[in-house]
Order: sequence, then C-alpha cells, then structure tokens
Amino acid sequence: MPDLIEIGKSVVGQAAAGEEIEAYVVWERETSIRVYQASVESLTSAESSGIGIRVIRGNRVGVSYAGTLEKAEIERALAEARDNSRFASEDPHSGIASPDGVEAPALDLWRGDILTTPTASKIELAMELERAVKAKDSRIRSLNSSNYGDVSVEGAVVNSAGIASYTQQTYCWLWAYALAGTEDETQTGYGMHASRDVAGLDLGFAAAEAAEKATRMLGATKPASGLFTVILEPDIASSLLAIVASTLSAEAVQKGRSIFAGRLGEQVASTLVTLVDDPGDPRFFSASPYDDEGLASRRNVLLEGGTLKGYLYDSYTARKDGTTSTGSAIRGGIAGSTTPGPRATMALPGESSPEQILAEAGDCYLIQSISGIHSGVNPISGDFSVGAEGIRVRGGELAEPVKEFTISSNLQKMLLDVRAVGNDLTFRPGGTAGLTLAIGNVNVSGT
Amino acid sequence: MTLLDETLVQKVLRRALARGGDFAEIFVEEKATFSASLEDSLVEELASGTSRGAGIRVRFGDTTGFAHTADLSEAGLNRAIEAASSLARGSTSRAAEVAVTPRVFVPLSHDKAVPGSVAKDRKIELLRRLDTAGRGQGAAIRQVNAGYSDSLRRFLVANSDGVFVEEEQVRTRLSISCIALGDTGMQTGYETAAMTMGFELFEEVDVDELAARAANRAIQKLSARPTPSGPMPVVLAGQGGGVLFHEACGHGLEADHILKASSVYAGRVGETVASPLVTLVDDGTVSNQWGTYSHDDEGNPAGRNVLIENGVLSDYMWDSTQGSRERRASSGNGRRQSYAHLPMVRMTNTYLMPGQQSPDEIIADTERGIYVAKLGGGQVNTATGDFVFGMTEAYLIENGQITAPLRDANLIGNGPEVLANIDAVADDFAIIPGTCGKDGQSVPVGCGQPTVRITQVTVGGTAGA
Repeated sequence: MPDLIEIGKSVVGQAAAGEEIEAYVVWERETSIRVYQASVESLTSAESSGIGIRVIRGNRVGVSYAGTLEKAEIERALAEARDNSRFASEDPHSGIASPDGVEAPALDLWRGDILTTPTASKIELAMELERAVKAKDSRIRSLNSSNYGDVSVEGAVVNSAGIASYTQQTYCWLWAYALAGTEDETQTGYGMHASRDVAGLDLGFAAAEAAEKATRMLGATKPASGLFTVILEPDIASSLLAIVASTLSAEAVQKGRSIFAGRLGEQVASTLVTLVDDPGDPRFFSASPYDDEGLASRRNVLLEGGTLKGYLYDSYTARKDGTTSTGSAIRGGIAGSTTPGPRATMALPGESSPEQILAEAGDCYLIQSISGIHSGVNPISGDFSVGAEGIRVRGGELAEPVKEFTISSNLQKMLLDVRAVGNDLTFRPGGTAGLTLAIGNVNVSGT
Repeated sequence: MTLLDETLVQKVLRRALARGGDFAEIFVEEKATFSASLEDSLVEELASGTSRGAGIRVRFGDTTGFAHTADLSEAGLNRAIEAASSLARGSTSRAAEVAVTPRVFVPLSHDKAVPGSVAKDRKIELLRRLDTAGRGQGAAIRQVNAGYSDSLRRFLVANSDGVFVEEEQVRTRLSISCIALGDTGMQTGYETAAMTMGFELFEEVDVDELAARAANRAIQKLSARPTPSGPMPVVLAGQGGGVLFHEACGHGLEADHILKASSVYAGRVGETVASPLVTLVDDGTVSNQWGTYSHDDEGNPAGRNVLIENGVLSDYMWDSTQGSRERRASSGNGRRQSYAHLPMVRMTNTYLMPGQQSPDEIIADTERGIYVAKLGGGQVNTATGDFVFGMTEAYLIENGQITAPLRDANLIGNGPEVLANIDAVADDFAIIPGTCGKDGQSVPVGCGQPTVRITQVTVGGTAGA
C-alpha cells in the first residue's frame, strides 16, 4: 500500500509560480459476494486506486484523472489538467482550499476485521442470511439474491496551499432481496444491516426485515385515490431528506436553482424539523474527519425548528459569497468535480415512536418503498411524484397492503406539512440518516 | 496497438483454469473520457482522463469468481487470477484445451472525427452556442447548464471457448438544461443529443434547435397546471422516448430475471403478453444509436432480437452466463460498465415497431386524457411487474385537442396490464438516448417508439381527475 500523502505531495510540489494544484488520491479494496440457492453465484474481490488532479492557473480551472497510481500516468494527468485549464473561463473566485485552522474531529472509522476475516467466512454469512430469510416464513418462495459486501477506503487530499489530509474508513453489509408468494402472486422486500466491522453485522435483523417486508405485501391491491397523511418509513424519509439537503448546497443557491435561494431566516418547514449536516458523527457510514478539499468536518445546522439557518459551502462558493467553507466539499470519485453538498445529514429525532405516530395519524398510509425518484422529483420546481408500496392504516392500526399507486405533492409544501418526526433514527450506508416522518396533504393516486 | 500481447492472453486463460473450472475470460479495457460544462455563462471545468485495467472471470458450475486490476503486468494479472479462481476446484482442469482463435479486430467504424483529434475549443464553442441560443428564447430563462462529453473505449476480450475480439467504441454527447423563472416558481427543460460516433455528430445535430427545445419546454411549463390524479387514457409521443417499453417489459425480458423466476414474464414464451399491436425489438445493430456496438462486452456480436411479435412473447435477452445455464447461445446482450464490473444481461436499443395510424388521428380520437410529449426516466420491479416512468413535458387532451400544459409527474402501471391496454400505434418513430442502471452498473442505451395510446394508466398528479 503506497503512501497516499507522499504521492499527493509529489504532484503538488510541481506547482509553478502562480499555479495552484490539488491532488485527490484514493486506494480502495472491496469484496462482493452474491449467493443464490445455497451456492455462490459470484465472488468479486479487487483493489483499485487512482488520482484526481485540479490545477488553477490565471483563475482558470483544469481537471484530470488517472485510474492508476503509476508515475507516468500521474504525470500525464497533471499535464492534461494544465492543458484543460487553458480553455476554462477566468473566474476570480476559483481556487483550492486554504488551511483554516479548524481542528478535525478525531474519528476511528477503520476496523481491521474487514481485511482479516477469511473470504470463506464472508461467504458463510451470505449463505446463512439466505437460509435465515427462508426460515422466517413459509411464504418466502426464494431470494433473488443474498449478499455480503465490504469496502475499505483510504484517501488523501494534498494541495499546494499546505493542506495534507488523510482519511480511512471501512464498512460492510448484508443485504437480501426476498420474493414471497404463490403461483399467482409475487411480492418483494429487501432487508439490510450494515456495520463498520464484520463482527457488528446483525444477520437476524436483515433477515427479519426482508421476510417481513415481502410477506406483509401479499394480497396487496391498488388503493383509491385521495388526499391523505403518509407515514414514511426511515429509508424513505432518508431519500426525501437527501433531496432537501441537496437543494441547500451553496452552488445550487448561487446558480439560481434552489427553491431556498434568498430565504435565510424564513420559516420553510414545520417547527418539528431541525436538519443538521454533521460528517464528524461516527454513526454515519459517510463520516470522515475531512471533506474532499481537505478541510476539517464540522457540524452545520441547515434548518432549526423549521427556520432556514444556512447553506453548505466549499471553498469556491464560500469565496463567492464572502464567507468561509463549511467543510462540505464533495467529489464524485477521482473523475468527478468538486462541489459543495450534504455529507452526513439527519433530522433531529422527535419524541414519538413509529407506533405512536401511526396511532395519532389514524387514517393514513405507511410507505415502505418508493420508485421513480429520479424521474419524479424535481428539486428545482419542487414537484414530487413517485410510485409507492405500503400498508393502509385504519384507526391507527396496520390494515391491508397496497401497491401500484403514486404519492404526489411539492417538496416545499411537504416540509411545511410534516406532522411528526419519529424517535427511530437509523443509519445505513449513504449520506442521510432515516427516521419515521408523517407528512400531511399528500395526493394518493390509485384507482 | 493491441491492449495485451496474444501469448500473455493465452497464458492468463490457461492459468485461470489450472485449478479447474468450466470457463475463463479476460477483459482488458482502456477508456479515455473528456467532459466540459458551462453554467452562469462560464466554462467551468474541463476534465479528462484515462483508466485502463483488466477483469478476469472464472466460472465453475454456477459460481463465478471475478477480480479486476489496473496492473496489466504479468504479476498483476496473476494476482487477479489467484482471486478469481479461488473458488474453482475439481480435477477437470481444462487448462490444456485453451486455444483462442485468431483475433477479430473491429476498428472504429466511424472514425471521421475521433474525440482526441478534435481541438478542445471546438467542443467549448458548442457549449457557448447552447448558452446563447437557450437564453435567446426569452428573459424568463435564468440559467443554462450545458455539458459536452466524449469517450473512446477500446477493449479486448478473450475466453476459453475460443473468442478473441478487440473493439473500439466512440461516443459523443451534448446536453442542455434550462431554468425558467415565473410567477409560479421555477421550471426546467432538458434536451440531449448522444450517438455512438465522433465529433461528426454535430454535422447532424442542430445545436441551436436543441437549445431552443429545452428552453421553450421550461418556459412553457411556467403556465403548467397541476397534473390530474388517477387512471386515464395517455398518448405518448413518438419523439418522447420509449422508456415505457424499457421499463414495462424490457427489464422483465432479461434472462437473469427469468431464470430466477423474478419476472412476470418467466415461463411465458409463446403466450400473448401484450396487445397484438405490440412488436418489441432489442437491436444493438442500429447504426450509431447510443446503445449500439459491434460486439458486446463478452465478445459476442450484437444482434437484432425480436422479443414480442404481434403481442406474443418470442424470446428473452441472453448473455453467455445465463445462456450456458440453458445450453443456448448469447443474444449479444452481455454488457458491463467497465473492466471493474461483471457482465450481465442488458438492453441495447429497445423499441416498439411503428404501426399504421397517423399520430394526429390518435390524438383526435382521444376525447379526454394526457399527451406526453417528452418522457423522463423510469424504474421497474421485475418480480411484480409494477413500473413508473416520468413525464417532463405533457398536456391535457380535451375533445381530441392538445390543450393546457401540465406539471411534471410520474405515471404508474403494471407491465402486462399496460401492454394489453395499448390500443393505437402510429407510423412515426424515433429512438432517444438514455442511461440504464441495473445492480449499480450504468450503460448507454437507446429507447424508441412511435406515438402510442394506452387506454388506461394511473397518472400521479396532485389535481383531482
């Protein structure tokens, strides 16, 4: 395993006078096991590495990458980034991050057992998961797949302004996709559990979730259309909150594509909603002591009691607004560009349990899965319309399963229509935590 | 220049089967990409780079071992072989039998303007033209985000069955997204032009018109009214993209879902699964379309495969893994995002064949419903058949006339039910580029259709029907 900081330094050390260079170096190991009907369908194991280079010359940005850490390829990428910078528009705010004196949180996000656990044991976990899901309920017909996966990632951001940050994380997961039913009917459900280390995986949790989600949908019909309160299960709420948080990126705000532009201090959500982005919280699988420009992670309050408190900045958007970075630079891999955005978002949990929320809502729908989020949610217009599956709730009790309907509203309206926030904060791989959310006045379109 | 020496290819395949196993494959890929974006009328960032590596696959019974590496030295490949063959066992080593046939080399068929030979400022110029043309459509246009990208992908694939293919693929794409601001808030309009060809794409694409379409879509939607909610007749425009068929039946006809009985179309070959007006084809050979190639990522030639003929299910799509389970040949649908991914059954360009009626006739014959001029993306659960697709430009149909514009929404239906409800198919036709995601892998595809009418599908709007 090469020294990523040293590789980064060897690149940024070549900065000419008046030139800024940033190197983003990653090294990643992954295992992916898929089991089907008691045999291994596929086993993938790999190491990969690469570098992304950003050069600023004369206020012009150029970017390049190489999918390897071979010296010749790194040199070629540097030359290419320099050449690319010649064609960009001049922008006085362009530049790399400068050290800002903020201390990074001390986080322990690396667990050795991901690398030392034998592959055979990981395979056995996926096999056991398949058996466990089937054993839960005789109506489980088969599993589409039962999976074990893990990643261990090391990364460094080094730049010519003196930043040299190093991060390392591990996590692993068990994931099952179950099919329940008879000859005439099939319903599906997935279950998952993730952990930083193999020892922390809760196989029983994943198995129970997959079996319950698939079997409780048996007999589902299409519901009647109407205006209802919907209760979003934590995974669904997480998808919704991720979209809301993305609209609070300073880039979206500055470029006039956020519904929250120019609204600081306004009440934009129900008083029940406090939204924070806190990548220093190790419960998030996306936690990291530094952002992707090498600045320390910090806790940023986005909405407090429904009032819009702030946006998420990287160093570029901060210079543009005359403020400081919030440590929110994110990068879509070595080939991706650097933008500000949410890294570890959560709504602060409320007082009520999911059961209490259902009881209080009385007549509503519990939503366990949604589809078409890419085609049906427009974060710029706010229009929201997605396919859904779930359970009809009558008198606060779970009644019949329902499917093949849509739920529709508008993002801004949904935030104001939040009726309850659950106490069931849950963390899964991804940058947003989930919890039960009740949202009023949502259109259910069925028959 | 070959991506890997032929004797080393032979050596890798023999070594991969040394512990036993039924099949070994090496896939070597080199991909160079370039992209540039413009927003706020500024050319923000040019990005380019190269990745190169190999994926090695060893199949033993129903088990596939896979490893990938960016290290193409013999030592690097040996480490990948070790990992990929770790589960193979048994005394029946096939190593001695490995003999690849002389390689098939498919050079760029459209090498008029390979991306690397085109000056970067010519690519940037396209972005500025989009910006000017988009903003020129009216003061309501407040933001234009334009993107250009191209890629040159070369791969070599060789396997223990004797396949040895090298192929080059070049793809070029231009896109524009406009934001319009009005009393009702912000609206967006998006357009893209993308083909499997080089810079000569722009001899065919009218860049100004592309921008005008995106900008006018955003402006038009400022006066859009809430979309109705509930089941109703829907007419989908021939220019709107065939994502309905990609989701309603395309994914469900992929053999991996079939063999796991996780598709509503499993076991139904020879049965009627759609209206007799429906003839559905998956065709990787349509010249230059976004989902087109000469060979798939397992080295099998692309094919034109009729999936549904006059409403009757005729066949599924196959890769070599699923094909070997049923002792049949691949249909040329084995694709992977990169050398770091396992191939699986994927669509190429999937389209509904045109019919007899004129589009105008179909609209005039619809008393009340929705006309979808442009579709968005979609998603399907193949096991239940339930699918959604978005509309990004739509209008009410009242008394056979297209009337008020509607806000964006998703539509939801069940594959076999919606296919049975198609009661009109027009004589127009277009294929639209898209990106298809499956199991975390993205590949370029085409979706095509003529104008069609569905007698009833559920529209997910916010207004009472």
